[in-house]
Amino acid sequence: MQADPAPGSLTAPLTLSFPFTRSLGPVLGTFLTGLRERVVLGIRTPAGRVLVPPTEYDPATGAGLGETGAFVEVAPTGTVTTWAWNPAPRPGQPLAHPFAWVLVRLDGADTALLHALDAPGPHAVRTGQRVRIRWAAERTGAITDIACFIPDPAPAAPPRPAAPHPGTFPDPVTTLTAPARLDYTHTPGRAQSRHLTALARHELTGERCPACAKVLVPPRGACPTCGVATTDVVPVGPRGTVTTFCIVNIKAKDLAIDVPYVYAHILLDGADLPLHGRIDGIPHDQVRMGLRVEAVWTPGTRHPAHYRPTGEPDAPYTAYEEHL
Amino acid sequence: MTRPPADIAVVAFAQTPCRPRTGDVSEAEMLLPALRAVLDATGLRTGDLGFVCSGSSDYLAGRAFSFTLTLDAVGAWPPVPESHVEMDGAWALYEAWVRLLTGEADTALVHAHGMSSAGTVRDVLSRTLDPYTLAPLWPDAVALAALQAQALIDAGRTDEKDLAAVAHRNRTAAASNPHAQLRGPRPQGDYVVQPLRTGDCPPVGDGAAAVVLATGDTARRLCDHPAWIRGIDHRIEPHAPGLRDLTASPSTRLAAENAGAFDAPVDLAELHAPFTAQEVVLRTALDLGDDVTVNPSGGALAANPLMATGLIRIGEAAARIHRGEAHRALAHATSGPCLQHNLVAVLEGDRP
Repeated sequence: MQADPAPGSLTAPLTLSFPFTRSLGPVLGTFLTGLRERVVLGIRTPAGRVLVPPTEYDPATGAGLGETGAFVEVAPTGTVTTWAWNPAPRPGQPLAHPFAWVLVRLDGADTALLHALDAPGPHAVRTGQRVRIRWAAERTGAITDIACFIPDPAPAAPPRPAAPHPGTFPDPVTTLTAPARLDYTHTPGRAQSRHLTALARHELTGERCPACAKVLVPPRGACPTCGVATTDVVPVGPRGTVTTFCIVNIKAKDLAIDVPYVYAHILLDGADLPLHGRIDGIPHDQVRMGLRVEAVWTPGTRHPAHYRPTGEPDAPYTAYEEHL
Repeated sequence: MTRPPADIAVVAFAQTPCRPRTGDVSEAEMLLPALRAVLDATGLRTGDLGFVCSGSSDYLAGRAFSFTLTLDAVGAWPPVPESHVEMDGAWALYEAWVRLLTGEADTALVHAHGMSSAGTVRDVLSRTLDPYTLAPLWPDAVALAALQAQALIDAGRTDEKDLAAVAHRNRTAAASNPHAQLRGPRPQGDYVVQPLRTGDCPPVGDGAAAVVLATGDTARRLCDHPAWIRGIDHRIEPHAPGLRDLTASPSTRLAAENAGAFDAPVDLAELHAPFTAQEVVLRTALDLGDDVTVNPSGGALAANPLMATGLIRIGEAAARIHRGEAHRALAHATSGPCLQHNLVAVLEGDRP
């Protein structure tokens, strides 16, 4: 059977969400606790630069800044150092209506903080503009405790050095939970699409390597030993031999299979690479290497539900010793 | 920096066409034609390779350890010495170059791929930012590049007309590049994030590239006109954009000095500048005048398969030396927001 050169490749939505919980450490924890209390803290480097947001290490020398206790309080007002008008906000961004991204050097700081500026339009934003923080109504100890910046009509106050701050607050924030979700469209590619499409017809297929002639199941488009494309689709199974197995005793989350159950490597007849499958229809303590099994399909499903014994005599060890 | 003690050259380069959506192929299937092309060009088989190194990003694929599947396309039997960087393939090439310098190998395969179309790349890249003060705001790659562009405009270094000219020149050059995604000028279009318009931004695309490196006589045997790596270095700046002067790229400058870029004039430069304004920054950092051909391939504005774009810059520069169209070329790769991390390589052909 020749592979269809232009099969309908499969795609599937793939949603990734990773709610990381991060420990903050002394510098970022103090900074974010300060935001919760509507206090913006920077950190002073040994050379006298005030960094806002603070960093744990001096970007100029690499010296640790966390133990020096060199926190200073800067003003909630500052100056835009550069800006960019965002006409179409994306999910998760600070404002749902058009806004300006800004870098703001807060009064008393020597570096700039990234955030959003709520302004009526790009005509109302410029570099050098005076802005002030709009605090979020509910604050948890996160950069989003600053809801955004807003234009500040007051003239700039005369510069004054940032005041030292002890950096201590009751009930300090020590961790940050950062939820994130990304949506992808996953494609398994041509070879796996051919395999999965055949599986949906309850046919097991592999693909042959033109160099070493091995039949790979499931095929992934290239022979992993020769590094050349596989092209010929080869029917395999539906019977095969258990080459090795394990007994699963711990129930997996969201899996409706009772433990213990057997998970096995199965070398389908005609294949040179064993695939994974669950063995059923036999007590778990009677599964053995060499056991002959066959795929069991549940109507309406796209892949075998499990594999069950065929009743044939066991395959001799020599039949699968190259495939362990 | 002292000159490298060994002669190491790019002896083969291949890339796939960059396409807006590959949909029908897996990453290994996308990469395979580029790998076959460089192996066939050199007559090497996988088993002959002293080292294999790749660059890609799990964030783009949306799957952990996605790069391991591309080993199928390499053919890792007998087992090959292999490494991977979660970065652009230009840094994989750097690792391979170091490996060859140790003398433990005399050939290396470097490959890179990116399937940006699988996710929403603007959002995906925001997940690679500082998770405490940047990522919770979801600033996307265009927004950060736009802040850099505005800083350049405020400094009087460029304006929207100049930026449009950068876009026009790159995409005009791409007309002769069969692998480019945008082969010819495009309208600048509307603002994506002001001051950057659609035309100032790279296309989203999928593609792969591969390079073979070899040392000394092996390089001369595998290639008629090896592109010798005379120097290569990479330097990184602080991550936070508010800590840096966005109108300058001191890391590019330092990497170029260490790579010997200023020791002699170059004929051409391949710059990894996904956004028009970044080319302005790089030209200044690298002292590139109008006498130097910049991005004859069309650069990242014509094709931007993330994680392969930087490696393609090195490959494009080398390929012109292979073909005798250039003698001394500079290749640059970047990584991180607003040109945070920069690599510069200087390539030379043998004097005729």
